[in-house]
Amino acid sequence: MKPARFDYVRVDTLDEAADILAQSGDDARVLAGGQSLMAMMNMRLAQPAVVVDILQATGPRRPEIAKDRLRISALVRQEALSTRVSLAQEVPLLAQAAPWIGHIQTRMRGTVCGSVAHADPSAELPLILVALDGRVHLKSRRKRRTMPAREFFLGMMVTEKSDDELIEAVDVPLTLPGTGTAFREVGRRKGDFAIVSCAAVVRGSLTRLAVGGVNDTPVVADWENLAPADLAEALNAFAWSLDTRDDMHASARYRRDLVRRLGETTIREARSCAD
Amino acid sequence: MRRLSADESHMVCFRLNGEPVEGPAEPRMLLSDFLRHVLARTGTHVGCEHGVCGACTIRIDGMMARACMTLAVQVEGAEITTVEGLAPEPGRLSVLQAAFRRHHALQCGFCTAGILMSIDTLLQAEPEADAGRIREVLSGHLCRCTGYRQILDAAVEAARALRKETQNA
Repeated sequence: MKPARFDYVRVDTLDEAADILAQSGDDARVLAGGQSLMAMMNMRLAQPAVVVDILQATGPRRPEIAKDRLRISALVRQEALSTRVSLAQEVPLLAQAAPWIGHIQTRMRGTVCGSVAHADPSAELPLILVALDGRVHLKSRRKRRTMPAREFFLGMMVTEKSDDELIEAVDVPLTLPGTGTAFREVGRRKGDFAIVSCAAVVRGSLTRLAVGGVNDTPVVADWENLAPADLAEALNAFAWSLDTRDDMHASARYRRDLVRRLGETTIREARSCAD
Repeated sequence: MRRLSADESHMVCFRLNGEPVEGPAEPRMLLSDFLRHVLARTGTHVGCEHGVCGACTIRIDGMMARACMTLAVQVEGAEITTVEGLAPEPGRLSVLQAAFRRHHALQCGFCTAGILMSIDTLLQAEPEADAGRIREVLSGHLCRCTGYRQILDAAVEAARALRKETQNA
């Protein structure tokens, strides 16, 4: 359980990191908090020739408000969400989900953008980003580009990010007053990988449920004017539409059941705090 | 920018438990191995080596961290505390360590160093932490002996004692 050999580059700016990526391509990996990449390297699932450590680079260490969005830059650690008291007003869903991201010991080191780049199907941050219509800002030596989170995640640990790009920041809209949100998760142990996680957003006539831990990427269902009496049936159809599979943690049937039950609880909770 | 080549050892310097330390490390050397094999500080234990068990938890610049998911070369210039840094002086235990002993919060001791580091860090940052909060922080650790009850009791008692100490200071 030791990483294979690699050259280590500590950069002072993200521009320098982009230069290294441009030179090294798919031989290089960006090391942010390291809470996914280091585990992968220890298990030799990842064997980069060059590791680009961006943690000492200059840049914001806390989320920042940019007009009507909350911008979370590459160096912001996950724990910076938990310690931001105003987050519960700014983006309540993010505040609700923050305690579920790994354990405090990994949140204190892991970064938000690092988790998004890793794109684990059961990770909370990609799910929240998709549920809130978040965006991903990519940077390479050639150019910068921004894309909706919903288009960013392509499959299990596969994203739109090309080898010479790094995530410069992600952002989500500040939550409008009157919106209700809720987050629920079931795992073997708090902080372990989610078997099923649910994020609900209720605004006006829209009911949205985003589900993680089931398909290879977060899945979103939107319903207009969904009556409480139709909720169970809508969730049943949604559960059957998912790519539920058996694995060592849970059966496909159990996962569908969790989508139905946990989905309902999450939506009801979001509705109760919507106007 | 600093580039360290894969095939060579590089001098790494940081502060460990208040003392300056240095030693050679290849880029791929984990901080857990650097502490144990290069600096011979074997208080930090190594369990799963992929961030799940929590045995190697230490403090880097005031934050809890898994030493097995950190490279030695990453902590250049950092302030690091390990379990060896908890006791106020040789032969005396810290309030938290003494509570662990009193409550039989360890049996084999394998997980203990990491758990002590997490709870010590928590109680420094949040002296008011209650049993629920301690339990949450404890969820980042595996202990196969105690069933966690005694650990929780010890941590709650230590939190109370430390609060009293602060009030009387």
